[in-house]
Amino acid sequence: MTDAHDESRTPVSLSTAKWSDPHLQPKAEHPEGVERVILLTFFLGFLGFVGFGVAYWQNWKPWTYGATLGAGMLFIGVGLAAWGKYLMPQGPFVEERHEIGATAEEVDAFNNALIERGGGQFKRRKMLGGMLAAGLGVFGVVAAFPLIRSMGPLPGDSLDVTDWKAGAYLVDRQGRRLLAQEFAVGTVISSVFPEGFQDNEKAQTRDVVIVIHAAASPFGTGSRSSWTPQGFVAYSKMCTHAGCPVGLYERAQNLLVCPCHQSMFNVLDQATPEFGPAPRPLPQLPLYIDAAGYLRAQAGFDQPTGPGFWERTT
Amino acid sequence: MSKPTRSKKQATADLGPYGHVGKAVSELDERLGFAKAGRTFFDKVFPDHWSFMLGEIALYSFIVLLATGVFLTLYYVPSTGMTIYHGGYRPLQGQVVSEAYNSTVNLSFAVRGGLMMRQMHHWACDIFVGAIVIHMARVFFTGAFRKPRELNWTIGLLMLILAILEGFVGYSLPDDLISGTGIRIAYSITLSVPLVGSYLASFLFGGPFPGNAVIPRFYTIHVLIVPAILVGLVTAHMVLLVRQKHTQFKGEGRTEKNVVGTPMYPIFMAKTTGFLFMIAGVIALLGAFFQINPVWQFGQYVPYNISYAVQPDWYMGWLDGALRIMPSWEFAGFGHTIPFEVFLPAAVFPGLIFGICFLWPSIERWYTKDNLAHNLLDRPRDRPKRTAAGAAMLGLLGMLFIASSTDVLANFFHVSLNQVLVLMRILVVLAPIVSYALTYLICIELQHLPQGGKRKVANVVTLTESGEYVATPAPRPPSAVAHEELAPEPVPRYIEPEVQGSPTHRPDEGDGERPAASVRTVPR
Repeated sequence: MTDAHDESRTPVSLSTAKWSDPHLQPKAEHPEGVERVILLTFFLGFLGFVGFGVAYWQNWKPWTYGATLGAGMLFIGVGLAAWGKYLMPQGPFVEERHEIGATAEEVDAFNNALIERGGGQFKRRKMLGGMLAAGLGVFGVVAAFPLIRSMGPLPGDSLDVTDWKAGAYLVDRQGRRLLAQEFAVGTVISSVFPEGFQDNEKAQTRDVVIVIHAAASPFGTGSRSSWTPQGFVAYSKMCTHAGCPVGLYERAQNLLVCPCHQSMFNVLDQATPEFGPAPRPLPQLPLYIDAAGYLRAQAGFDQPTGPGFWERTT
Repeated sequence: MSKPTRSKKQATADLGPYGHVGKAVSELDERLGFAKAGRTFFDKVFPDHWSFMLGEIALYSFIVLLATGVFLTLYYVPSTGMTIYHGGYRPLQGQVVSEAYNSTVNLSFAVRGGLMMRQMHHWACDIFVGAIVIHMARVFFTGAFRKPRELNWTIGLLMLILAILEGFVGYSLPDDLISGTGIRIAYSITLSVPLVGSYLASFLFGGPFPGNAVIPRFYTIHVLIVPAILVGLVTAHMVLLVRQKHTQFKGEGRTEKNVVGTPMYPIFMAKTTGFLFMIAGVIALLGAFFQINPVWQFGQYVPYNISYAVQPDWYMGWLDGALRIMPSWEFAGFGHTIPFEVFLPAAVFPGLIFGICFLWPSIERWYTKDNLAHNLLDRPRDRPKRTAAGAAMLGLLGMLFIASSTDVLANFFHVSLNQVLVLMRILVVLAPIVSYALTYLICIELQHLPQGGKRKVANVVTLTESGEYVATPAPRPPSAVAHEELAPEPVPRYIEPEVQGSPTHRPDEGDGERPAASVRTVPR
């Protein structure tokens, strides 16, 4: 046994209590009854955990795992909380707060050490401090290179150009060329790529167009009417708002709708945004139909596809 | 009594009044010196009020998240490498999917208990963020963020932001169609930052979208970086809580200089451990019975595919709503484009909202010129301007949350999408104004209520012989009398050891005889 009479230890107040103190009494009016109820919940919790073991061992349906485990934990938890709430000393007890801050002298002593003992060193050796700061500053800057610069390539023109070239065949997901006569008016070919790029993931984001046989004959004003042979029209499928695929076609209103933020584009009018947050029309791919009847691109897009960014020229 | 028993008893007596446990404690204390601080910690008083449990819900769902998350890491493969699905889920048979998607479906269907664990993880996350928000609202409306607790308010806010980030990154990991669309939007938001957007996006995603870096990087963020910071912040939050002690509501015997409640050990510990089990139990039941994020129905993410009714998890809803109702104000000129229609609602706006939250303690201190430390909580009605401001914030965010389902609303009420959108634009502006005004008026009204919030005593109306009706207050029911609180007293330094064999809770019973071994000796 240690020396219990050690005087160097701080003596403590002798506030003692007997178990008969009302503050140590349980809250419950009938503790025996509560005890029985808690015993029952603990037993049910016990059964729940046993059930979980059995369910897992026997490989029952997945829901039985959660049901048994959940029931076990819920019953144990309710019982334990009830034990604490109804059977343990109800109090209330009070605890005095100590002053958080130190005394003025203690704060002063800290400040003295901080400013005079430590800070004084820097004041006295300005050259050393300056050189150290310069070294650490350079470290801070150069550390950004491996941490940030190496994370990816410079964007370059990756946001500006697509793989569409003059004469490119339009193909579907399987790489089949689109024969104009196979698509009746009203047909939508939802994901179309330049031939050779249908399996390229980056091209799938940048190049993808949605082709709609929107009318029986070419439409559109001015030179655009030559972009819609036999009423076929192709727009970039990337929303100009946040880049979601504009995948919903409202045939009755001739609107393309973006399911993400509900921008709507008028199919018959150069995909002008009719409503919603999209700021620009979907870029249109000029089409033509060659002698064999295949849909092909007259040229690439005349602007970057997808959402806006700083370097995008207007 | 036989001799061996006697010597054994003697040995036990040598250990001192607290037996083997007491011996072990003093041995440990001689090496670690924890007994004094440990006793102080045991005596820490926790106020009894239900609203103090909200933070506990957050803490305990975080524990469930850590436990279930570790399980998931054993099976999840953070890779966008392509493979062919050969698992037991028929509709996906033979499809080309990523390793990430494949392993998510497999850990749901082929790993025993995997589906439950995955669903528990997702439910626990939704509860985690929700509990943080409600806890934060409690702290705000009762003024618990005031001096000296501004730092803990800041830590809490950081945890909320990290929790939202962690949730977003986490539900993106399965590489399914819906979460992939979310990543696509996140890419576009990064892209929208003026000047450096395209560089930021290229660095973050390791090149043009989608690339193969995003899933492994999100995985590192999700299982290492953010959880490590969160654990650190949770610890700091708790340390500050113990150091500064709890706030408490006003009441009898409660002052700025004390805390009234029940001590940590064993009462609060029993209740809170029970609560931990209850929360884990509820999450387990949710995981068992309520399907969440069935990624096998959405399919693998393919950049050009999209599904209808794309909604993120609830805590991202306000940002999605802001994106939806924003007018199309793109700036284009001088050879540059600033996509304000994305940058404002998705980058500037959340920065503004969190900025206000971060600065609020300073704003209020500046406005009220009140630089005193506060340990007693306000009733929301007594600070009508603060309460109204909080209600305005909740009104704004709530309306934006509703705006994230414009398409669902339009379908449900059979109205045009345009009308819903215009209506939501108006409501988002109106909601904070109306909430502010209404809340302010309600607060003022409540202040003037006599005895507001106290339990009413029933009146008994009797008819006198002269035909007069008289109302007299009914006698208080025995249960109400029994629940009358005692005056708070300090946690007793010592409790006289119990008498062997006598029942514990008999206030009027005598002391009886004490066994020699259990007499309290000299205090240390």
